Amino acid sequence: MMDSDDPIVHLDNVGLRYGTDKEVLSGVSCSLDAGRFYFLTGASGAGKTSLLKILYLAQTPSRGAMRMFGTDMLTIPQSRLPEFRRRLGVVFQDFRLVEHMSAYDNIALPLRVAGVRERDLAEPVEDMLSWVGLEHRARAKPATLSGGEQQRVAIARAVISRPDMLVADEPTGNVDPDMAMKLLSLFYALNRLGTTIVVATHDLNLVRQMPDATIMRLDKGRLMDPTGALRYPPRAERPAGKRELYDRAMRPTIGFVKADEHDSGDDSVAADVEAAEKRGWEMP
Amino acid sequence: MHRKQATQLLPQTRMGGPMPWIIAIMVALVVLATGGALSLNRLASTANDDLAGSITVQIVEADPAERERQTEATVRLLEADRRVAAVRAVPQSELDALLEPWLGEIDPAAPSVPIPALVDARLVGPASEAELLRLESLLKRDAPDARLDAQADWLGPVFAAIASLQWLALVLVAMLAFTGITAVWLASRNALSINAKTIEVIHLLGGDDHQIARVVQRAMRTDAVVGSVAGFVLGLLALWLLGSQFAALESGLVAGGGLIWLDWLAIVLVPVAACAIALLTARFTVLLLLRRPV
Repeated sequence: MMDSDDPIVHLDNVGLRYGTDKEVLSGVSCSLDAGRFYFLTGASGAGKTSLLKILYLAQTPSRGAMRMFGTDMLTIPQSRLPEFRRRLGVVFQDFRLVEHMSAYDNIALPLRVAGVRERDLAEPVEDMLSWVGLEHRARAKPATLSGGEQQRVAIARAVISRPDMLVADEPTGNVDPDMAMKLLSLFYALNRLGTTIVVATHDLNLVRQMPDATIMRLDKGRLMDPTGALRYPPRAERPAGKRELYDRAMRPTIGFVKADEHDSGDDSVAADVEAAEKRGWEMP
Repeated sequence: MHRKQATQLLPQTRMGGPMPWIIAIMVALVVLATGGALSLNRLASTANDDLAGSITVQIVEADPAERERQTEATVRLLEADRRVAAVRAVPQSELDALLEPWLGEIDPAAPSVPIPALVDARLVGPASEAELLRLESLLKRDAPDARLDAQADWLGPVFAAIASLQWLALVLVAMLAFTGITAVWLASRNALSINAKTIEVIHLLGGDDHQIARVVQRAMRTDAVVGSVAGFVLGLLALWLLGSQFAALESGLVAGGGLIWLDWLAIVLVPVAACAIALLTARFTVLLLLRRPV
């Protein structure tokens, strides 16, 4: 059972190797708190994607211990994995949209998998399409969408079920800087709703936009944590004022800030989200 | 998860071109084999019922007068026995007609070879070995030349052949079922292979193996129903043609092979069973193949 103060993910001395090759991840230990924003950075080949795969339960560590949502993920039976995966949202580096499905059906997929009735699907899916600015492309197949559009469909699919944790692998890799900022503002807005966000990126500009985010840096498969921010238990409690802000953001009536609203002339994501907060986070 | 939703997880294509044909051929052959086996069973059963209590008494005596006396004594003694239901002395004209194909026309006044007299009798119970011995001792004094045979013994080799054919039909049905299962297994594996990427995404989004299995099962359902119905019609047509051919023989034995409603019910169950086997095989193949570590 997960205590409210428990980290959402706890890795202890985790290692990963493929076959008999040398380890791509070595001695990774970290704790990810619920409701926080994390950037996972590192050079190509540092092991970012491998660590993300462990986080979105596509890969089992070769060694070490892993707890997620208060459960030991290395000892649970295979049949229980789907229930944990449904609490995660994943934006894959290559999007992994289902080719034979329209943008609408791709976004609806997690809800269908979760057993949501067909008649209850339309509203949230249309909201998501609107949120990522793709209402007019609802019936388009992935092959006919641009890279940026595919990316937005992938993001909408990842967040539609309001996951406890969103894991995104280079989500801004295929879009221009302006769209990258829009996507980041979407993630930030989702984070303000209480979702833990882990974004793998090598775009330092992006990282600079989120001064409050915790940075996890991988170097040759090892996790650098010079400030101890990733240790468990954490060094200091979260300030009370910030907790209050999270609580407010998690009110059930709130919606999402629209991607298109980022164009406020201010480069700061926080300023963008602040504008949405003043509006009460209601969907326009 | 709602069934309709499950089908939307993978493309709604059918399992593949040859699958309905394969199922149709299997079902047609199984219908034919089942119909044949049931017909043989019915034939054996009818013949057995007819012959089980029947005996033939031969009076093997060269002297016609003595043969006549012993025949009358035999009929009298058997009629008096409470375990004999019916007795009939086979008339000489009937015997002559029976032997005519081999001996030619026989002059009743002066037959060229002495022909035994025959008495047919039907017992209340089966003509067991003990019953034959009892009747033999009953006739011994007044008809010492009487020889008793159970009619069922004459058809013993025929019954053995029928039993062999029934086993052959059963083996054929089992082999066809095995071949059908293999074909469905290969088609399901092929469907998984074609949709491997989509299935991986569904898994990563929290879909479970049973959801995937339902999708493949639904795709198989159309092919199984179409193939089974087509095969059933073909099989029935073949059965009807064979039945017509045998009926034309006008043989008493073959006439006993007519199917009753229970047999037809078993034949109707063949396509139903084929569908069920195809769907279960598809489901278990998918669940088996997807059961792998992360």
